[in-house]
Amino acid sequence: MSDILLGVENLESWYGDAKALHGLSFNLKRGEVLALIGANGAGKSTLLKCICGLLPKKSGAINFKGENISALVTSDIVAKGVALVPEGRRLFPSLSVEENLILGGNVKRKGPWSINAIYDLFPILNEKRNQPATSLSGGQQQMVAIGRGLMSNPDLILLDELSLGLAPIVIKDIYSLLPKITGNGLTAILVEQDVTRALHSANQFLCLQEGHISLEGKPKAFTKDQISAAYFGM
Amino acid sequence: MIWINIIVQGILVGGLYALFAAGLSLIFGVMRLVNIAHGDLIVAAAYLGWFICRVAGLHPLMSLFIVVPLAMLVGYALQRFILNRTLGKDILPPLLVTFGLSVIIQNGLLELFTVDSRKLNAGALETGSFPLLPGVDIGYLPLLQFFVAIAVIAGLQYLFFKTSLGRAFRATSDDPETAQLMGLDNRKVYAWAMALCLGVVAIAGVFLGIRANFDPAIGPSRLIFGFEAVIIGGLGNLWGTLIGGVILGVSQAIGAQINPAWQVLAGHIVFLLVLAVRPTGLFPRMTG
Amino acid sequence: MSAFVSRSTKASRVAMPLALILAAVLVAAPFWGETSTLRLLGEMMIYLALASLWNLLAGYTGLVSIGQQAYVGIGMFTVVVCTVLMGLHPLIAFPLAGLSAVIIAFPVGKLVFRLQGAYFAIGTWVMSEVFRLMTSTIGALGGGSGISIPTPMIKAIAVDKFWREATIYWLALALGVGALALVYGLLRSRIGLALTAIRDSEIASSSLGVSIKKIKFGVYVVVAGMTAMIGSLVALQKIRVSPDAAFSVNDWTAIVIFIVVIGGIGTIEGPIVGTIVYFLLREFLADLGSIYLMILGAVAISIMLLAPKGIWGYVAQRWNISLFPTGYVVKERSE
Repeated sequence: MSDILLGVENLESWYGDAKALHGLSFNLKRGEVLALIGANGAGKSTLLKCICGLLPKKSGAINFKGENISALVTSDIVAKGVALVPEGRRLFPSLSVEENLILGGNVKRKGPWSINAIYDLFPILNEKRNQPATSLSGGQQQMVAIGRGLMSNPDLILLDELSLGLAPIVIKDIYSLLPKITGNGLTAILVEQDVTRALHSANQFLCLQEGHISLEGKPKAFTKDQISAAYFGM
Repeated sequence: MIWINIIVQGILVGGLYALFAAGLSLIFGVMRLVNIAHGDLIVAAAYLGWFICRVAGLHPLMSLFIVVPLAMLVGYALQRFILNRTLGKDILPPLLVTFGLSVIIQNGLLELFTVDSRKLNAGALETGSFPLLPGVDIGYLPLLQFFVAIAVIAGLQYLFFKTSLGRAFRATSDDPETAQLMGLDNRKVYAWAMALCLGVVAIAGVFLGIRANFDPAIGPSRLIFGFEAVIIGGLGNLWGTLIGGVILGVSQAIGAQINPAWQVLAGHIVFLLVLAVRPTGLFPRMTG
Repeated sequence: MSAFVSRSTKASRVAMPLALILAAVLVAAPFWGETSTLRLLGEMMIYLALASLWNLLAGYTGLVSIGQQAYVGIGMFTVVVCTVLMGLHPLIAFPLAGLSAVIIAFPVGKLVFRLQGAYFAIGTWVMSEVFRLMTSTIGALGGGSGISIPTPMIKAIAVDKFWREATIYWLALALGVGALALVYGLLRSRIGLALTAIRDSEIASSSLGVSIKKIKFGVYVVVAGMTAMIGSLVALQKIRVSPDAAFSVNDWTAIVIFIVVIGGIGTIEGPIVGTIVYFLLREFLADLGSIYLMILGAVAISIMLLAPKGIWGYVAQRWNISLFPTGYVVKERSE
């Protein structure tokens, strides 16, 4: 099935001796926006890190565009078209806003995103392009982080906790721009603490509970109670 | 007037010390690694220059065209195959592995070249000078050495802040994990940094060899001079390192004037003073 | 079924009586061994002591010093000051060396502790160089070429050659065993528990109120004192004391580092294994000169890259042995 962009089969991962993910399996089609929800420690960020190759201790298959990437190093995976906007943004303090964005485009891939396109999406960044990236406000830093992720023109973008530490109005602004990002057919996995916002922005979801998938499907197909139960593992 | 001459000569030699220090500063900035064998590599470069001059009949400055690329190659391989494996949270492996390297290089040079001291002959460059003031003669060699130091540091600054390689260095130094998300392979970034470092080491080594006699055992003291220049100048600041080198050179020159046996000791004492009074150095930009 | 806390292991219970027999044999060495054997054993004890102390600093306290030769030299020159300048009995120099080193270690430590990690290491080396250069300029101490301990002073150690060699040997033995005992005792104590906590996580242990800085400084000073005592013994043995030899990085630090790394850093048994391996290698390879030292360096590098826990570390982990247990194990008492 060529429209499956990401296929995860029986993924298990460990932090030292502690098992974080227990045999996860799911498929993600091109163009889908998957919301990944779950309580703290459920394994959401762990799953994203596994896909990017940042966690070496794992087993199982991660198929991206038909190729198993689970044994590749992160820089190779990124070159193939996966981008991670990390939790906490992780901008480079020694680099300016523009340098952070340019570095995001270090992996040269064809696509609609360029530095000017990012500045069109987030005009405020153009004003502050030469400032040290970490001197910006939280919301603006999140914009830089998203822009940096888009610069490599990925086929799959992983967004880890966009709303972390941001004021509600800022979160609202950022999420209002999400359709512009995913509008071009970009496939996305969205990890979010704010369940309502996550499910509202996505057309598929996966609920993790202590490293297991407790519920999956289309957001509209389940009631609030059903989702709560899956979230808390009741 | 004697004192002005002493200070001028001290400033000029400070350029050489800044060259010793620049590589140390670069590597610590990029990967928090301190290479105990740094001084021995400078001496090894001097011997390589001596050997090439002997075999090919070249002027020492011409030998740089061979020594520098060779040294960069060695640096890339050294980092890629040995030193990359020591990087991590533990400070012991890089320290002990580079200490072992220091022992190997010193003894290797001893085996190859014996304990006799050597020198690189730069001909007229070494003896020529012009008078700056009555009683103050500026030698062509020390002046060239000083300008080379400035050029190297300016070059490194340019590379760090205006090129994509420098951007890769800064990003990897900030956050090695996220740097990988930018498609940067840390192993290669570190290897390039070490290649660059050894290129600077090669220049330092050849100038060391032209300036004075050298033998396999003087590596550690070159490391110490470089280290003192870095600490006095302040961590993470290459121009600060130049100033640190100058302060060290001047201190040593003044010490030598009072009593020749006190030359190196005077430098150590000034270093300890800075450590006691301003431990982060004069112009720090990062923490240790 | 009730549980109890045990501090010994099976291996340690077997090793203890064996160790006592070995100790008895070693103490009796002047009576069964030749002078050359005595000197070799004495040298081994000295390196065992230096290695155990360096291991305590680097492997347990996280202070990687390449400047311990400063204190060896201070110990050696204390003997010179005592015997040549003050005319005191040489054996008094022994504790005096420890005292001088402890006093000197305070300002030295205050300075070098301003540096971290590898810069701390080089800083300790600089301090050692300062002492070397300073002593080279003092004529009364022999200047650059050094000075010999006067023969009458050496003869004052004991009645005749046999008892002199025996006394120096017993002192070396005491230092070797003493250093091991100090390290073992320290690590079994509450300070040892704190050190292990610091080693595992400085941040976590500092949040528990463990005063990391004070403990590290204390260990540094104590190690300095004992290292100087070792130095004073070396002076009595070698008789001639020169700044270059007294403050030699190669003799007192490079070899010690090699011993600890090969034996197993961060283990009490490691220095013992390392000392034996070093002296075996020296026995067979020393003729090779510089190549021998290159081999030592290469072996140390290989161990650090391939088996960073050293020979004993590997053995201890593989077969779960501990001859000098410092931990607490909860065991069940079978009823």
